[in-house]
Amino acid sequence: MPTLDQNASRRDFLKKSTAIAALTVAPPVLVKAAENDEKIAALFEQMPLRLEVNGVAHSLSVEPRVTLLDLLREQLHLMGTKKGCDHGQCGACTVHVDGKRINSCLSLAVMNEGKKITTIEGLANGDKLHPMQEAFIKHDGFQCGYCTPGQIMSAVCCVKEGHANSADEIREFMSGNICRCGAYPNIVDAIMEVAPILKNY
Amino acid sequence: MINFDYIRTSTAKAAIDAKNKNASSQFIAGGTNLVDLMKKGVTAPEKIIDINGLPLKQITADAKGVLIGALALNSEVAEHPVIKSKYPLLAQAINAGASAQLRNMATVGGNMMQRTRCSYFYDITMPCNKREPHTGCAARQGQNRMHAVFGTSSQCIAVHPSDMCVALAALNATVHISNAKGNWQMPFTDFHRLPGDLPGLDNNLQKGELITGIHIPANAFNKTHYLKIRDRSSYAFALVSVAVALEVSGNNIQNARLAMGGVAHKPWRLTTVEKFLAGKPATKETFAAAAEMAMEGAAGFGQNNFKIKMGKAAVTEALQQAVR
Repeated sequence: MPTLDQNASRRDFLKKSTAIAALTVAPPVLVKAAENDEKIAALFEQMPLRLEVNGVAHSLSVEPRVTLLDLLREQLHLMGTKKGCDHGQCGACTVHVDGKRINSCLSLAVMNEGKKITTIEGLANGDKLHPMQEAFIKHDGFQCGYCTPGQIMSAVCCVKEGHANSADEIREFMSGNICRCGAYPNIVDAIMEVAPILKNY
Repeated sequence: MINFDYIRTSTAKAAIDAKNKNASSQFIAGGTNLVDLMKKGVTAPEKIIDINGLPLKQITADAKGVLIGALALNSEVAEHPVIKSKYPLLAQAINAGASAQLRNMATVGGNMMQRTRCSYFYDITMPCNKREPHTGCAARQGQNRMHAVFGTSSQCIAVHPSDMCVALAALNATVHISNAKGNWQMPFTDFHRLPGDLPGLDNNLQKGELITGIHIPANAFNKTHYLKIRDRSSYAFALVSVAVALEVSGNNIQNARLAMGGVAHKPWRLTTVEKFLAGKPATKETFAAAAEMAMEGAAGFGQNNFKIKMGKAAVTEALQQAVR
């Protein structure tokens, strides 16, 4: 079971040492010392994290405050998952964790130890697009495209969960994905068409 | 977000011990509300205790009722065959809240612990007695369209945002709680509290206590409905919501339970209306009288005055939908 108690006390020690320095050292030097302390402390505050993303196992080191979304985009450079609102209100950051769709902006990366993550980059099979991706293209299910990775990841699960039996049901169970261009009718059409095929995919 | 220490725990004892050791620690389950609050700077715990490793995900049903583990996901509860068949009111209420993605993260315990969505509580540049005691309530004279009409205090007029909790209040659920000394139970309707002079406290859970589960007693309700009125047809918090559970025989109401959401600092049980409905015929006239009674004593703050009229219409409509 990982614990940060030792690292935390190290950080406290570093902070206190700076405070003592503050009594004796001139300000510019002090600022530099504080900056260095922050850098050193940040290193100590990293946690080991193992997870699988799109079939690839990763052994990483992250600060506890890093969200799964930021980990994917900034450390693993998987830019397909979008940061829209960063507060769980728009769905642009939707990924699959162990097969379930979630908002990666509200999940701390460290909470995903040992989990299997799928992002939009992991949906196609090589050059062969996933049927949901094909359907979005066919039905023009996007305009600017910013919400599209989230829409598609969400749509795949919407079908898998058995919530794509009517246009109304799709609208209800896709309500966590906002599209400001208003491509909703085409998104619903795409999901409606591909739902029967996807059940056996 | 200010960084914090993070530990994973696998037993209730380890989690409670860790919580008791650090006054600025918080449990995390789904994180859908806590992470958001931390991003906004509303809360900044020194230590986060991850309780997802605790064995509290089970949903177990028997003749006496159903016990739902505190870590059962909202989506798992709403899709569970026993919940769908025997407690459809709960499934309907859960599915009326948040989005499919959030329901896949949010747990039953976390749903109960979620904080108000009052915009002043969320905005750290504004006064808010709930966030920062004795700073004042900006909502009373401000944007209070979403706010409470029942049980308010001079300090706070925020509402509890949950849909699930409204159904659990109507279903007479019991909260199972663990602390360092052992386990105890609390009626669900006593769990959340009115703001009074301590608006910072949303509920009666004590320091170092952990919700381990929710028990719902078996019931004979054959007509139930959860009605939610909101600004868009899905994925928005309630302006007003009503949970109705009726035992109807012929056209006669034997037993009734009603609770409202979006109107108070806690799920608002309508016990007077319940007593009135028992033994009455399920007619338009009965429902209209019940609706009048439901909103007696409601008081708005300007922008939310509409909730009083809407509340009456919602109670009538929910009762009608239930018996349909």
